[in-house]
Formats: sequence, C-alpha cells, structure tokens
Amino acid sequence: MKTALWVVAWVVLAPFIGGLLAGVDRIITARMQSRVGPPVLQPFYDVLKLFGKRGNVVNAFQNFYMICFLVFVIVTGCLFFSGGDLLLTIFALAVAGVFFVLGAFSPNSPYSNIGAERELLQMMSYEPVLIIMAVGMFMVTKSWHVDAIAGFHQLLFAYLPGVFVAFLFVLTIKLRKSPFDLSMSHHGHQELVKGATTEFSGPALAVIEIAHWYENILLMGFVYLFFACNWIAAIAAVMVTYFIEIFIDNTFARLTWRFTVKSSWIVAGVFGVVNIFCVAFLIK
Amino acid sequence: MNILLFLLLFHAAMSLVFAVLPPNAFRNMLVRISAALIAAGSVCAAVVFNGHDQFFKVEFPYIDMFFFGGEMLLSLFLLYKCIGIKRREWYIPVLIIAQAGIMAYCELSGAMPKVENALYIDNFSVIMALIIGIVGSLICFYATSYMRDYHHHNPQMKDRQRSFFFILFFFLSAMFGVVFANNLAWLYLFWEITTLSSFILIGYPKTEEATRNAYLALGLNLLGGLGFAGGILYLVKFGGLHTVDLNQIITFGRINAGTLGKINSGVVLIPVVLICFAGLAKSAQMPFSSWLLGAMVAPTPVSALLHSSTMVKAGIFIIIKFAPVLQGTWAGYFLALVGGITFLLTSIIAVTQNNAKRVLAYSTIANLGLIVACAGVGTPQTLWAAVLLTIFHAVSKGLLFLGVGSIEHKIGSRDIEDMGGLIVNRPGLAVVMIVGILGMFLAPFGMLISKWACLEAFVNVKYTPLLAVLLAYGSAPTMFFWTKWMGKIVSVPGGTAKGEGRVPGDEWTALAVLAFATVATAALFPLISWASVAPYIAGLYHVESQAAAGLTQGNIIIMLILLGLMVVLPLGFLAYPKKPNYVARYLGGANIGENDSFVGAMGATQHATLRNYYLSGFFSEKKLTVAGIVLSILLIVTMFSAVKL
Amino acid sequence: MSFLKKSPWIIHYDGSSCNGCDIEVLACLTPLYDIERFGIINTGNPKHADVFLITGSINEQNADVVRTIYNQMPDPKVVAAIGICATSGGIFRECYNVKGGVDSTIPVDIYIPGCAVRPEAIIDGVVAALGVLEKKAAALASMKASA
Repeated sequence: MKTALWVVAWVVLAPFIGGLLAGVDRIITARMQSRVGPPVLQPFYDVLKLFGKRGNVVNAFQNFYMICFLVFVIVTGCLFFSGGDLLLTIFALAVAGVFFVLGAFSPNSPYSNIGAERELLQMMSYEPVLIIMAVGMFMVTKSWHVDAIAGFHQLLFAYLPGVFVAFLFVLTIKLRKSPFDLSMSHHGHQELVKGATTEFSGPALAVIEIAHWYENILLMGFVYLFFACNWIAAIAAVMVTYFIEIFIDNTFARLTWRFTVKSSWIVAGVFGVVNIFCVAFLIK
Repeated sequence: MNILLFLLLFHAAMSLVFAVLPPNAFRNMLVRISAALIAAGSVCAAVVFNGHDQFFKVEFPYIDMFFFGGEMLLSLFLLYKCIGIKRREWYIPVLIIAQAGIMAYCELSGAMPKVENALYIDNFSVIMALIIGIVGSLICFYATSYMRDYHHHNPQMKDRQRSFFFILFFFLSAMFGVVFANNLAWLYLFWEITTLSSFILIGYPKTEEATRNAYLALGLNLLGGLGFAGGILYLVKFGGLHTVDLNQIITFGRINAGTLGKINSGVVLIPVVLICFAGLAKSAQMPFSSWLLGAMVAPTPVSALLHSSTMVKAGIFIIIKFAPVLQGTWAGYFLALVGGITFLLTSIIAVTQNNAKRVLAYSTIANLGLIVACAGVGTPQTLWAAVLLTIFHAVSKGLLFLGVGSIEHKIGSRDIEDMGGLIVNRPGLAVVMIVGILGMFLAPFGMLISKWACLEAFVNVKYTPLLAVLLAYGSAPTMFFWTKWMGKIVSVPGGTAKGEGRVPGDEWTALAVLAFATVATAALFPLISWASVAPYIAGLYHVESQAAAGLTQGNIIIMLILLGLMVVLPLGFLAYPKKPNYVARYLGGANIGENDSFVGAMGATQHATLRNYYLSGFFSEKKLTVAGIVLSILLIVTMFSAVKL
Repeated sequence: MSFLKKSPWIIHYDGSSCNGCDIEVLACLTPLYDIERFGIINTGNPKHADVFLITGSINEQNADVVRTIYNQMPDPKVVAAIGICATSGGIFRECYNVKGGVDSTIPVDIYIPGCAVRPEAIIDGVVAALGVLEKKAAALASMKASA
C-alpha cells in the first residue's frame, strides 16, 4: 500500500516539484547574476505554452523516441520510489537516456547530431559512477533495494563520502549544468544552438522538458539516499546539494568533452573506487 | 544415445556428401534439410535429456585407438599445411609436433586410463547442443544464398564452395563432440578439429591477408591446444589422479575444494588451469584476441559461426565446465581478472572502430571476457549468469553478424557510417539490427539481465569488488558504441545508398528466426532458468534451485514488464495518427531545398555529412591492445603460479 | 492560451544591420533590463521560438535565410522588425543589393523604428507583439476546431 502511494506520488507530484525546482533554479541563477529573474512558475508557463504550439518535425520518427524517453524515465522513477532494485533503476535510466540520444540522432541535423554524440560521451562519463554508487550502497547496507537502503539505520554518507563526491561530480553532468552542459544547455545562443533538442518543437519539446523534471527529482532521490537515516537532514542535504550545483553552474565556463570524460573517470576512480575498497576491507 | 550419435555423426556424414556436390539448387536444398534435421535433433535431445543427466558407454572395439589415430592424422595434416608458412611463423610446426608428441607419449606409454563412459549429456550440454543445433543450422541456411552472392560480388575468387560446406558441417559435428565428450582425450580431438576447421574457413578467400590471419588463428589456438595436451599429460602421468574422465575430475575437484582442504588441490587445479588456458586461447581472450579479429576476412557466415555458436563457445564451454573447481581459488580469481581486463579494454577499443564486423568482434571478445570472469569466480550466481550470457550472446551475435552480412551485400559496405538511413531505405534489416543491438546491451534484453546478475554476484566475491569496478567501467563504453551505431541506423539523411534487389529468402528466414529468438530468450529466460540452468547449477553445488538463480523473482517480473513496454511502445508508433508538419532540418537558415545541402562560403552549395565520434585520438587501439596483452600475460603467469596457493 | 504571453521565446536575426540595433537587443538581456522577468528567452533556434526579431535591412544574400528561418518556426509566430532599417530599409534603402525592409520578404506584425532603437522600445514592441501572437493563437485554435 505504501509502495503504491509512493509510486502514485512520484508519477503525479514529481513533475510539479521538478518544475518548481526549475523555477527556483532560474530565480537563484538570476539573483547570482544580479537580475530579478522570472516568476517561480515560469517553467510551467513555458511547458503549457509549448503544448499549445504546433510541432514541426523533420521526420515522422523523431518524436516517438522522446515519448519513449519520458515513459522510461517515469518507469525508472516507479522502480526507485517503489523501493526496487537500485541497479535496475540505474539500468532503466540508461534505457531512457538511450532513447533520448536516438531521438537526437534521428533528424540527422548537424546540431542535434553533435548533441547526441556529446550526450553519449556524458553517459559514458557518469555511468561508472552510478554503478559504483550502487555497489557502495550495497556493500554498506547489504541490500540492493532502495527501501532497505533508505531504511538503513546509520548515515550512509559517513561510509561513502568518496562515492558521494564522485556522485556530486557527475550530478553536474546529469543536471545539465555548466561546466558539463555539453550536449544541450539551458542557455540558448551557444555553438550547438540547442544541441540535442534543436530539432524538436512544440509538444515534443514540452515532453522532453517534463522528462527532465522527472529526471531531476530522481537524481535528488539518489542524493537523499546518502542521508536517508534522518529525513529532515536528508531534505536539507538535497537542497544544499542543488544549491551547490547552481553555484557551480554560474561560476564555471563550459569544459571540453575530453576533460569531461577524463575527469569524471578519474574522480570516480580516485574517490569512488578507493572508497568502496576501503569499505570492502573495513566492513566484513 | 541414438539422438546423441545422430547429432555427432549426421553432419560428419553430410559433410562428405557436400564435399562432392557442386553448388546448385539440389545442394542448397540438401543443406537446408540437413540443417533443419539437426535443429530438430537438438530440440529432441533437449526434450529427452533436459533434467536427466546420462552417461553412455561406447562399446566399440579399438575406439580409443581410432581417436588416437585421428589425432595423429590431424597433426600430420596440419604439418602438411605448414608448407605455406612464413619464417616468423616457425612456431606453428613446433607446436604441432610438441602436441602430437605429448599425446603420443601418453597413449603409447600405455598409461592412458580407460574411461568407462565416453559420452555424457547434462543440462549444460543440452543448452550448448541447442545453440549449436539451432543457431549453427540457421547460419548454414543463410550460407547457401550468401555464398552464391559472395562469389557474385567477388568474381576473382575461385569458387571452392564444396570444401566450404564440407568444413562447415564437419565443424558443427566436432562442436557436438566437444559438448558431449566425457573422455578428455576424445574432447581433445574434437577441440583440435575445431581449430583445424576454423583455420581452413578463415583462409577461404585465399588472399594473402586471409592466409596470414588463418595461420595466426592456427598458431594461437595450437598454443592453447598445447595447454590442453599438457593438462592431459599431467592427469595421466603426474599428480596421481589417473583419469581423463571430465565429470569425475570436476566432482573430485568439488569435493577436494570443499572438504579435504587445499592440501592436494593442485592435483586437480593444475590440469584444470592448463585446460582453461586452452579455453582462453579458443575464446580469444587477451592476449589471444588478435586471431578473432583477423578472422573477419572470412565470409560472413564463418564469422557468425565462429562468434556465436562454435569455436569461441567451445572455449568458454570448457571454462564454465570447470568453474566449480575454480571457485574460491586464487587461480580462478586471476582467470576472472583476465576476463575482466579483456572486457574493459576491448569494450573501449570497440568505440574506436567503424568497421561493423570489427565492432562485433571486439564486442564478442568483451562479452566472452565477462563470461570468463563469471566462470573464474565460480559461485552459483555467477555461473548462472555465465550460462545465460552464453545463450543470449549466441543468439544476438549470430543475428548481428548475419544482419551485417546482408547489409554489406545490399549497400556494398560494412562501414557503420554508410548505414545511415537504413530505417527508411531498408526498414526490415534496420529493425533486425536494432533488435540485435538492443539484445546486446540494453535492459531488459538478454545480455543486460546477465550483466546485472554478474554485478550483483561480483560484489559478493570474497576478495575485493575489483571485478565489479571493471564491469562498471566497461559497461559505459559498451553503451557508447552500440548507441551510436543504432543512432546511425535510425538517422534519416537524404541521398543514401539503398542498393539493388531484395534480401534473399534464406537470409530472411535466418534473420527473422534469430531476431525472434533474441526477443523470445529475453521473454522466456525465467523459463530457461527454471527448467534448465538453475537445476544444473543446483546439482553441481548441492544447493536449492532457488538459490542458484542470479535474480530474485520480483526483479524477473519487473524485467518482463520492461520487455513488454519495449514491445508495446513501437506499436504505439503505428497508431501515430496526425499528419506532421514537415520542415527542413536547421542549418543556420542556409538550407537549399529539402535535403542536407546548404549555402556555404562564396555561395557554393555544400552537402552536410555527419560522422559518428570514434575518439581514436582519445582511446588508442594500439596502446590499449599492447596494455591488454601485457596485463593479461602477467595475470596468466600469476594464475599459473597461484595454483599452489 | 494565455501562456503564450507569459513565455515568449525569441530568435534574433541580424539582416544587414550596422550592429547598433543588435547591441540594443542584447542589452535587453542584461541585468539592467532583464527581459527574463517576463519569461522571455533568447533561444537562437527557430524551432523553439515564438517571436522573430530582425535587425537590419533585407538584401539579396539574406532573403532566403530569413524566409527559411521563418518557415521553420512553429505556428503561432510573430515577426518584429527592429530598427528603421528593418522596417523600411532605412538609409540603405537605395543600395544596389538591398531589397528593402523585412516586409519585402516575410509578413511583419510589429514595426519598431529607431536608429538605434532603444531597449525600452524593443520591450514595448515585443509586448505589443504578444497581443498579435494571442490573436494568431486564437485564430489557429478556431481553425483547428472547424477542421
């Protein structure tokens, strides 16, 4: 019953919270740039507007992949919030990501194509960290299941600080924040136009936006797990984490894909792998 | 027994027929019929023997002498073939003579022990027989029309289809031998026949490149074979085990590892590790990986056969077979690391390849590495994952190779970059390829199920989570190279080659069945696990059948739901009703017409062509290969020296 | 359909402007004017945009580009000509290669004259354009309903 409640809450509430988060993000970003910024509900206005527009397409297939992207992000969240297997959640998230990339490949436009390739590079960068995170959580809590990990009586962060640092590093990639917003940026007028989403318009673009809201909430769920023993502290940690990400977004220029891949693999190795090796030796 | 003999001997008999028949419609029909019969035979074997392990005596006078004679003849034939070698391939005849010498010494000194039951069948043999019988038969089916087109496309090549089909069927026959033989001396002969057959098949085009690659394959596999012969020598002459009965050795190894402590473990472990070394060579693990890449010069059905149902599968068959002995030993752990390193490095190298067949080859080596890693660890869960990986890999890889072969004949290229627009030009082939690729890496299809089970099992291995880390790093490039290939297939550029004519019916049959099988194995894997894999492993390890499965029931159900989604979502696309508003792709507003052209500098018309990223400046194939060879040789040396630990 | 008014996304194209008006368009994005307050985003991508801002006159070179960008924008959409050159050709009107204002190539909804045009005028113009956008959206909706 509780599981069903969580799933329903995810499906219904996540886009609202995700949208609000995006709105807050935009305001904080504006304030950091000494601007006023849009109203907090602005992301919702944008999406509702997009639904009202006519969608132009380059070929008949392209929007289909994006709908699959949304569906698989929602399914991934259902797995996560129903307390399912953490590894499976990560794999399912990869499925969603693959659909997004296929959608970007489909129109064969130079901008979206490069966006797709870069998105793949980003996936290649963060995938090891996500798996190492799941492995680390298993080694401490002896369970792959999200509900058991969330119900772990001690502070997971205390066991896995290195893994958390590695995760924070790739979270920047996953949230599409500068310096790693290679494949598509929230800020227009860049060398890739809008990267992976260049060829999508109207409702399809709205679908992508909503999927990203869902995704962001899911990622915050991952952050939550590190601090899950105390829910107030965990929510505070999630907020602080998100604030740090906004701060990084506003203080860094974009980096190259070479740096992205190299640095995230090295960070995963230095912080994540060393951390789980320590855990392996210390906890028997 | 009769079914077994049928599977063993029918193809051998048919191969003699094909050796004389010219390539015509009658021959093709005969190929199809015999392929279908063998497929039916393997299904019969599955129905009869699944869950009923049996041993068979072969009461036939001088049968052991017959096998010994076969080995000697084979060595002589190989020596004869050495006429064509170059100076730096001097090691090949040396290896042949060394092997023949060892086997002759074992046999002629009278020390070769008798094996009571020369043949056996258990669930794992049944699974392997199904793979060989069904996937192998489909490839034969495919080969009939492929070889016709092949010679049509390459008129300069001499048509030697008779020897081609002769070897093809002989090869399959020997593979059945490998999975049914309980006498290691017999197994050794079958093993060497697969080496010989692949040598001849790889050299089929008779070009200089093909000949050299064939000798490379021969040399490396003979090196492995030497390990095999050494293992037999040890069993016969040293160590005091004095048996070449495969299943007895495994049972003894289990008991030894479990209860008697590690005092005498070397007695079993030394020959097992030697034979696993042969398995590493045959399954093209680093440092032996180069032969499988060289094998790409052969016609596509050969590649498909080597990669999916024969040859490399023989290598991992023997390693999986010995996995219970390796469990918990350091030697097994280092064997697993060889597999893990191979998985990581070849996955990265695959990113840099744009030749479709080379991508597939690297991916095969990587996946076999994963299987070796599982088998080296040797716990029930990893073994479960290894067996399922073998099944899924055989089906998907067979499909992908045949798909690439058909595409190559139609669009005239095996370069991934030329496959753009396949989804509109040849939707059928595109769907087949997409199914195959999805089967290779994405949830909820086969390979991912096993990868997942591996990962969960690797973390529980007693040493360190090193294997899990290797898997984590290796999966990322896997996703990269498969997705970008799929992206190329689904992209819709203007003006790409469609090619002439339709794909021949035989090829379609093979492709359609394999595509269906890829989805079906993913959908039915709980059934496969429940009926066959789990009981087999439970029997080996004396555990509950439930505990032998790598995934829990809840997760299996979720996987099936995901699979359902994957199947249903494309149907939703069919219901896509609206007439979309087509516009040209964005080219900075400088488009010309509806295709990919734009106004460039000085008003010239430019065509926008897109290529995938290969990161060849970032990941160097050469450096990674060298690193892999050095690392894996070190690991293998450590493995041998760790036998006594 | 009031959401169009709350989130007009723009694409800005420089025809053959002297860059005076371009600088003023970009000035609107700066903290001083901060048009993101009204949900306005400079997308730089016709497929995402609702409002097409053009500075400078139309000449033989860029007429096709302007037309392509206009065609790639999804309906409903509005076009605003920014600066005197875009509205009528300005001082370049008589040049051998100049075709004239933006309306010589695509339909223009709002004219915002000035040389260079002031940011306040641009913001006023975009707000006026939103009114037109609303009407177009309503027309589109009724067309859909009747179809």
